[in-house]
Amino acid sequence: MTINSTEKGKILTANRLRDGEVVFLTHSGLWSENIDGAVLATEPQAQAALEARGKDDERANLVTGVYSFDAERREGHVFASHIKERIRSLGPTVRADLGKQAEGRGGHFAALQGV
Amino acid sequence: MYRYDEFDRQFVTERVAQFRDQASRRLSGALTEDEFRPLRLMNGLYLQLHAYMLRIAVPYGTLSSRQLNTLAFIAEKWDRGYGHFTTRQNIQFNWIKLEDTADILSKLAEVEMHAIQTSGNCIRNVTTDQWAGAAADEIADPRPVGELVRQWSSLHPEFSYLPRKFKIAVTGAPNDRAAVKVHDIGLRLHLNDKGERGWEVLVGGGLGRTPVIGVTVRDFLPEHELIAYLEAIMRVYNLYGRRDNKYKARIKILVHELGADKFRAEVEAEYARRPHADTKVEERELQRISAYFAPPKFEKLPRWSATFEEARARNKEFAAWVKTNVAAHRIDGYAIANVSLKPEGGIPGDATADQMRVVADLAQRYAFDEIRVSHHQNLVLPHVRRDDLFAIWKVLNANGLAASNIGLAGDIIACPGLDYCSLATARSIPIAQSISRRFADLNRQHEIGPLRINISGCINACGHHHVGHIGILGLDKKGEEYYQITLGGSSSESASIGTILGPGFAGEDVPDAIEKIVNTYLAHRQPGEEFLAAYRRLGAQPFKEALYAAA
Amino acid sequence: MPLLKNGSIISDDWITIGLEDPRPESGDIVVPYARLLKEWESLTDHDGRLGVIFTNIDRVEALTLFLPRLALIVLPFPSFTDGRAYSLARQIREIGYTRELRAAGNVLPDQVQFMLQVGFDSFEIGDRFSADIWLKASRQMSLAYQRGLFRPLGQQEVWSERHREAEPWLEQPHAG
Repeated sequence: MTINSTEKGKILTANRLRDGEVVFLTHSGLWSENIDGAVLATEPQAQAALEARGKDDERANLVTGVYSFDAERREGHVFASHIKERIRSLGPTVRADLGKQAEGRGGHFAALQGV
Repeated sequence: MYRYDEFDRQFVTERVAQFRDQASRRLSGALTEDEFRPLRLMNGLYLQLHAYMLRIAVPYGTLSSRQLNTLAFIAEKWDRGYGHFTTRQNIQFNWIKLEDTADILSKLAEVEMHAIQTSGNCIRNVTTDQWAGAAADEIADPRPVGELVRQWSSLHPEFSYLPRKFKIAVTGAPNDRAAVKVHDIGLRLHLNDKGERGWEVLVGGGLGRTPVIGVTVRDFLPEHELIAYLEAIMRVYNLYGRRDNKYKARIKILVHELGADKFRAEVEAEYARRPHADTKVEERELQRISAYFAPPKFEKLPRWSATFEEARARNKEFAAWVKTNVAAHRIDGYAIANVSLKPEGGIPGDATADQMRVVADLAQRYAFDEIRVSHHQNLVLPHVRRDDLFAIWKVLNANGLAASNIGLAGDIIACPGLDYCSLATARSIPIAQSISRRFADLNRQHEIGPLRINISGCINACGHHHVGHIGILGLDKKGEEYYQITLGGSSSESASIGTILGPGFAGEDVPDAIEKIVNTYLAHRQPGEEFLAAYRRLGAQPFKEALYAAA
Repeated sequence: MPLLKNGSIISDDWITIGLEDPRPESGDIVVPYARLLKEWESLTDHDGRLGVIFTNIDRVEALTLFLPRLALIVLPFPSFTDGRAYSLARQIREIGYTRELRAAGNVLPDQVQFMLQVGFDSFEIGDRFSADIWLKASRQMSLAYQRGLFRPLGQQEVWSERHREAEPWLEQPHAG
């Protein structure tokens, strides 16, 4: 895998139970607040493993509302296919001063700017 | 305004303790999310796009300065320094932690507030006319009945697991500012020949996926029968409302599927069958509640205020604000001052903690300590002396709260949309901001005249787009946001549902589209004819031509 | 399945029989509503108490005829968010039924108080939650705004507390 390659796959996300923070499952099996730390599952088998891990952590009351979404890794950064996930990984597009984008843990790819 | 007695206080305190216990059982894992969800929703706690969101009830939109100051405190201590006023006259905070929620509810209970039933499949916060008790056209203040309904519906054991959410609105004025025709139940006050009070009961109105105007099931329900009759309606709905499909679960679908006559017959049969001894509205209880809503001690003032007239003549900005934001009060020498939360390019309904404190302070100094939240997402100082209007305006103006656009193109209703809401299919706020900037020229807004632009970020229609003169609905087409435009909606006493004009638009094209619609109106209007009236006369055709002719 | 009744956990001594199950000679039996309709004649002569599992889609008025013979009515909760049985329970009490009214199926501790208020007096509680949690949850609130509710466990109605002087039956009896 080279740094310039584009991989497509699924990312597992949830909200942390105690505070609702948006988190993404990482390689180490921990949850990251930053989408760029997420593990991208490219194979169905790996995706199933992610889902299973998510269910476990839901049962362990670490996170809630687990689901996966389509994304690509471009040059080391995650690009979520849907605008909703880009907003979740950054914060509201109308308040750049709030959320992950303002706290140094935002995704690399901006959600669409205001119209 | 209403003040808690020892029982109300104990009730809310126990409710907080109950939620504290439920939240700690959730955090410890004793409750699963599925088990906890309906419990947290019935306390106004959602899981949203970025965090938990707490929606706090502002019953019938009435706040004291102490309460508004507490909301400011909550915004700063537990949120990010601001709050969002909603189209149900409530306020919501977007960055709440589950582990803080019980503490927030405790803080609210100190000032006689709560988040009970601001969400969930139960009877939601009762809404009313934001000018209640002040409006010149009012028959009577509807808030005592609002409070009666609030208490009756609070933790109602029979009606807490309804097929779907349930919204009640009440109005005491012939000019309907409470949108009673588009509520699950709308109540409208009438007086009969003998001067007795009775309520017109409308059922089955609503917006969302299937917008419907409610049908009248009783023209004149004697006031003492009100709660018993509401129970009959609720019971018919609870037993026979659809539970197989959440999009068909609102009472409007039941009314539609049974037909209005059959539905009415079911309600009347249920009503006739039941004993009402326990649900009769007792005069002494209504009087007890009404006493809290007694008018403030108005001074005897001349109708004409020299201070006010001089300021208006001298200051054009103030004069413009007066023209749109000040409404007639029923008492000579007083006025209703509307505080717009729609500055040019701003986020509709958002207020910072500092702005909340400014308004709270103004209410304390000039407005008998009362503030209202309107379903248009603005604030109101309902009783101010005309003599004080200029002083009030100066403070508002210094704090970004003096946008002179109430009821005009800039006074846009918008739900939080995809920027905050996990149900949304598209963003609403940026659309509102771009339209607001496009129509920034205040002279032009005045030239256009009364215009309601309502924006929803999904089919659930929290932005009431169906009843906007111009409605905008944000949808998702394969991951792209696009916006459908409707024309001709209204939530007034002559309510109507807007008509979809044609294919949707990309977000960046919406302001142009709105401008074409407005220009078409300006080109076709007759002298003094407002947008809605012109649309009703002209129909959709000229607007369609303007929008789609070139395509 | 254990039952929560009158503030304690007890065992269920009723025999539940299905539509086609053979009927025992004697003993307290609970039958589905459809079977009650079909075998009413012979069921009235059953040696033992009789109970029925009512459904969420039948109308309560239809039960009136059977009430004098019934010692148990069971209302099922297909899911804990399905609230029809709250209205059915209240209706069943309104038509004069005074014996045991049981909530079965998906019932959560945090709902028991509402269920008590609409007239349920026993609950199938399964083994998901401890007895402690059930007992605690059934007395979370000591006040209710609605009038005419069942008021178990010393719960009070705001109305009657607020207007004590207006409720003659709450007045102290006159001395002498």
